[in-house]
Amino acid sequence: MSEPLIFHFDINGDDFSTAGQASVQIKNNLRQLGLSPEIIRRVSIAMYEGEINMVIHANGGTADVKVYEDCIEIILADNGPGIKDIDMAMKEGYSTASDSTRSLGFGAGMGLPNMKRYTDDMRIDSTVGVGTTVTMKINIA
Amino acid sequence: MTIREIKDLIGAEVLCCEQNLDRDAYSACGCDLMSDVLAYVKDQAVLLTGLVNPQVVRTAEMMDMICIVFVRSKTPTREMLDLAEESGIVVMKCDKRLYEACGLLYSNGLVGNKVKD
Repeated sequence: MSEPLIFHFDINGDDFSTAGQASVQIKNNLRQLGLSPEIIRRVSIAMYEGEINMVIHANGGTADVKVYEDCIEIILADNGPGIKDIDMAMKEGYSTASDSTRSLGFGAGMGLPNMKRYTDDMRIDSTVGVGTTVTMKINIA
Repeated sequence: MTIREIKDLIGAEVLCCEQNLDRDAYSACGCDLMSDVLAYVKDQAVLLTGLVNPQVVRTAEMMDMICIVFVRSKTPTREMLDLAEESGIVVMKCDKRLYEACGLLYSNGLVGNKVKD
């Protein structure tokens, strides 16, 4: 397999209003690469939900998007509180978000399920008190 | 239905990207919960909402929407309009409530889930 094209982003956890900037940027990058609108939408929505999660729960983190010939891999890593119960976190409607987050239109317990819905493969590695890494894959071909 | 027709039906005021009023919209959704927009919306071109923060614009952008209507006379910030302008998303506001604005559009043929033929 040839070397992937890698895009790296630092996600600022201080300001909710700027959350999503990396997803907008990756959307533009993928457009320039000529990928199909459906693939671009799936990647950007999955990454956007992940970005929002990192800002809400983990005070930011990093996002790396690797574009291979046959797939796109998104790796979101943070040093946040970790996820205590991943099975519960994957249930639609389950959320530990604050009321202030909910008042912004998020924190409805749809983030992780949405990320799974829009990707072909998703893995969560999380240790309480250490952080969480979410790795998602979307097949191109 | 064009965005211009939507504007006339609900008596909305255009706040940015007026040059795109003649673009066609085939479906719309009304929602204050952006997580649900991201989860359930498919190919809806217009978002009607009463929620006002920059993530509304980003959500619309992620979903490839072409128009946002703020209901109940909610007014977006300059920062939000700047974001929308970057993506060419028409932003409007109207004084109707979400239910009424959606009802008017639906009864005039703008459905909830229709893909362009």
